[in-house]
Amino acid sequence: MSGTGARENIFPTRMALTNTKLRLKGAQTGHSLLAKKRDALTTRFRAILRKVDEAKRKMGRVMQLASFSLAEVTYATGDISYLVQEQAKSASFKVKAKQENVSGVVLPAFEVDRVPGTDFNLTGLGRGGQQVLKSKEVYAKAVETLVELASLQTAFTILDEVIRATNRRVNAIEHVVIPRLDNTIKYITSELDEMDREEFFRLKKVQGKKKRDAEAAEAMRIAAAAADENVENIEIGGGGGDIIDSKDEDVIF
Amino acid sequence: MAAVSQKDRNLLAVIGDEDSITGLLLAGIGNVDKEGTRRNFLVVDPKTEQSKIEEAFEEFTIERKDIAILLINQHVADRIRPTVDKYEQAFPALLEIPSKDHPYDPSKDSVLKRVQKLFGD
Repeated sequence: MSGTGARENIFPTRMALTNTKLRLKGAQTGHSLLAKKRDALTTRFRAILRKVDEAKRKMGRVMQLASFSLAEVTYATGDISYLVQEQAKSASFKVKAKQENVSGVVLPAFEVDRVPGTDFNLTGLGRGGQQVLKSKEVYAKAVETLVELASLQTAFTILDEVIRATNRRVNAIEHVVIPRLDNTIKYITSELDEMDREEFFRLKKVQGKKKRDAEAAEAMRIAAAAADENVENIEIGGGGGDIIDSKDEDVIF
Repeated sequence: MAAVSQKDRNLLAVIGDEDSITGLLLAGIGNVDKEGTRRNFLVVDPKTEQSKIEEAFEEFTIERKDIAILLINQHVADRIRPTVDKYEQAFPALLEIPSKDHPYDPSKDSVLKRVQKLFGD
C-alpha cells in the first residue's frame, strides 16, 4: 500500500478522490495568494525599516537641539521644571490614530492633534519669556518628530507580526497541507487500482469456475447417456431371466 | 488586533529625567486627571528605585488605555532593560529617546536592534 507520508484518514472512493483533488487545488491557490501577500508586505516592511532607521537618527539630533534650548531657558530664568510639572493639567498636545490598509493589514498612523493655548501662562513671566516660548516651539517640533517615529515603529511592529504569521501559513500549506493532500490522492488512486485488479481477478476466477462447471456438466450428460445405452442392452440380452442371478457387467463411467 | 482599543488612545506618556520631562511638558503633553493623582509622566533621578520605574512602565503600558505613545529616556530604559526588551505590543508604541546627559546610542534601542537583525540576514 502506498501512504508513505502522512495522509488524511479517508475512505478510498472515487468521490473522495474528486473532493481531495478539489481541496488540493484550493490549497495551491491559497498558497500562491498568501505568497503574494507576503511579498507585498515584505516590500512595505523594507521601506518602513529604512524610514525607521533614518527617523531614529534624526530624532537623536532633534532631541539634542531641544535639550539645548531648554538649557538656554534654564540659563535665562532659572530652574522652571518644578513650576512646569505642577502646572500640567490637561494635555494640549495629543495624537489621533488614523488607519491605513496594506493588503488587508490595518496599520495605525498617529497624527499630531494640538490644541492651541497653554497651561504655562505664568512660566517665564518674570524673565526669559522669549526663551521659554522658543523652547516650547522647539520641543513641540521634536515631539512631532517623535510621533512620526512612533507611528513608523508601530507599523513596523504590526507588520513584523503579520509577516511572521503569513510566513507560517505559507510554510504550513507548502510543507504540510499540500504534501498530505498529495499523499491522500496517491493513496486513493493506488487503492482504487488495487480494487480494479481485484475485481478483474475475481471475474477471471468466476469465469474459470463457470467453464469448469460447464465441462463437468457436459461429462455428466455424456456419461448418463452411455449408462442409458447399457441398460437397454441388458434388457435386450437378458430376455426376462432372473434378475438376481443374472450379473451385470460393472459399469465404469 | 489592537484595532478596537486604539481609537481612544490619544495621550503621550513620558518616563525620564527632569530635563526631558520639563521640555516635553512645555510642549504640552502633560496630563493630570481631576484628582491630581494620575499623571502621564514620571520623573526619574538616580535615586529613584528600579521597582518604581517598572511600576510606572507597567502602568503606562498595561493599565492605562488612553496612552498612544510611551516615551522613555534611553538611560532609564537601560535600568529596566529586560522589561523593555520583552515589550512587544504595538500599543502603546514604545519609543526610546535620548536625554541631555546621555547621547543616543542606536545599538541599544530594542526596536533598532530588531531592525539591525532583520537587515543583517
